[in-house]
Amino acid sequence: MTKSMKKRMTRVSIGALLFLLAIIAENTQLMKNENLILGIFLVSYFIIGGDVVKRAVRNIGSGQVFDENFLMTIATVGAFLVSEYPEAVAVMLFYQVGELFQDYAVHRSRKSIADLMDIRPDYANLIQNGEVVQKDPSEVTIGQTIMVRPGERIPLDGVITKGITSLDTSALTGESLPRDVMAGAEVLSGCVNLTGAIEIQTTKEFGDSTVAKILELVENASSRKAQSEDFITKFARYYTPIVVISAVLLAILPPLVIGADWADWIYRALTFLVISCPCALVISVPLSFFGGLGGAGRSGILIKGGNYLEALSQAKTVVFDKTGTLTKGHFTVAKIVPEKIEADQLLEMASYAEYYSNHPIAISIREAYGRKMEESRISDATEEAGYGVKIFLDGAEILAGNSKMMARANIAYQKEPGAKTVIHVAKNGIYAGHILIGDEIREDAVEGIARLKKSGIRRMVMLTGDRHTQAMETANRLGITEVYSQLLPGDKVDKLEEILKSEVNNGKVIFVGDGMNDAPVLARADIGVAMGGIGSDAAIEAADMVIMNDSVSKLSTAIRISSKTIGIVKQNIIFAIGIKIVVLLLAAAGFASMWAAVFADVGVAVIAIINAMRAIGKVKD
Amino acid sequence: MKKTYKLEELECANCAAKMERKIGELSGVNECRISFMTGKMILDLEDGQESEIMKEAKKIIKKLEPDVSVCEL
Repeated sequence: MTKSMKKRMTRVSIGALLFLLAIIAENTQLMKNENLILGIFLVSYFIIGGDVVKRAVRNIGSGQVFDENFLMTIATVGAFLVSEYPEAVAVMLFYQVGELFQDYAVHRSRKSIADLMDIRPDYANLIQNGEVVQKDPSEVTIGQTIMVRPGERIPLDGVITKGITSLDTSALTGESLPRDVMAGAEVLSGCVNLTGAIEIQTTKEFGDSTVAKILELVENASSRKAQSEDFITKFARYYTPIVVISAVLLAILPPLVIGADWADWIYRALTFLVISCPCALVISVPLSFFGGLGGAGRSGILIKGGNYLEALSQAKTVVFDKTGTLTKGHFTVAKIVPEKIEADQLLEMASYAEYYSNHPIAISIREAYGRKMEESRISDATEEAGYGVKIFLDGAEILAGNSKMMARANIAYQKEPGAKTVIHVAKNGIYAGHILIGDEIREDAVEGIARLKKSGIRRMVMLTGDRHTQAMETANRLGITEVYSQLLPGDKVDKLEEILKSEVNNGKVIFVGDGMNDAPVLARADIGVAMGGIGSDAAIEAADMVIMNDSVSKLSTAIRISSKTIGIVKQNIIFAIGIKIVVLLLAAAGFASMWAAVFADVGVAVIAIINAMRAIGKVKD
Repeated sequence: MKKTYKLEELECANCAAKMERKIGELSGVNECRISFMTGKMILDLEDGQESEIMKEAKKIIKKLEPDVSVCEL
């Protein structure tokens, strides 16, 4: 609670006590003097609502008529004039308590979301001439070395040059498990260093660092408004004048036309005025979206605006790019098929054969072998482009390559049907077996797709530049039936256009890519999602939403957050408008007191805000 | 040209909506977006008219919520 709120609370409490005194005095005949009682009511009224009256007067001066301060003042002063003293003070008291509540709730939610997104590093420990100097992160240039101690936040992107530690990446990825890193590892700003001091050579300036990019994105997100936010703003524009005009008519017409009691109808009109502020809606709808965006951010999902958060809930189709999105985009050994030797021996031979190669396939074989290799065991290695490699390992001739190589050397080899890349190995002219290389599917891709189906996604499409058999194999494992293969990057945009056109009932299309060369497709989709692109500027710029860790299942989390947020928004709109209309009708008919009206105004606002705060909460996976 | 301003002490959501509309209608302003939650105003302005536009914008803000102070980010 801020200082000014505390002050207001004290003042309102004192006023409330005095008001209580006045009521007791009026009802117990302790005080006979009517004027004295009115005096106490008036004093308590000004203690409680003096600031409202003051603002009202000031606003009239500047031509602001349909302002809630003005309306509250008119309503309560009117109540005094028709001799409803307790009611006048009570309404002001209610209003102020509600306002306090409302400000407190807004303050709280602003703060809790700000804390959620508080990843801005305050300083960087620059190492200059062997000394550590504290600097503003923006003063550090590329290539300088900074030190990050345990407990500190990494201020700039870079590469670790010294030290071993674990990093808390949760602010960036929503991942709670710490990540172990050592010298040579690339680290992103925004992570918190947990265990050991490390030295980092910076690779980016602060403005280009991950943390600055994320902050910019998050801070701008709430300025892209959802349709329902714009609807509320428009609604508010017409609602207040309509209610105020109705109030005037209500006060004048019945007494003039049918000679009804003036005081009664003025009271009804005043009640109208109390309900004429659209505050509950105007606050709670943006608050819900803001909460939803914050909640998504906490799960490692950055959404660039309320409009996209809203569109997610209407998504019916998800289009995936295959490589780098559903698969990891790098090769791994999928299967080792030895022929009359141990699998380990086959892998060893293949690894040595690929010792000098930097091809991704060679790397994947060496990674699978994973043991220290001795170059001295190799003699006379020759690479034959289009076939494979020939080396001598401990004096034995090893051939490692494709089927053409085996055929040329007249070695009988086992044919492997299917899509994967195959490396055949022969030792001294005898077939030793083969190794299958595949692009690895992401760990949670299968589960992620299954969850999307549960979240109401009806159609899932995979686009890829790969050959058809290869694409189908991946698709089958994931449970995706619609596959378009052998596409050039330009074809992907055309395919997406087709899919967009075929959507019915305003269903939205999500495209998920890795942001590397599919920026045009990301931009064309209703919601372009970049995955695994953390630290990649292209991805963050082109996409409408960024999944910060590489998890496919975050997509369904995002859809759930979206549906929950939209649900809350709808509840609030219906609840607030509903209550207001009911109370308006009751007031017109003379059944609603000003008390009910105050509830319809601030009470509803407070309830709507509390409901809106739910949007920040976690969703079930 | 895009400019971002912080509106300190912005406490009335309805006023923020009114400010957004009125400032957006000023000549030389292509777009005005005010986020009540972050208390930020993002203006898309014609080049070179910034100081006059800001004078007008501040007047509008003062009128609607006198306690708000505007500072450029």
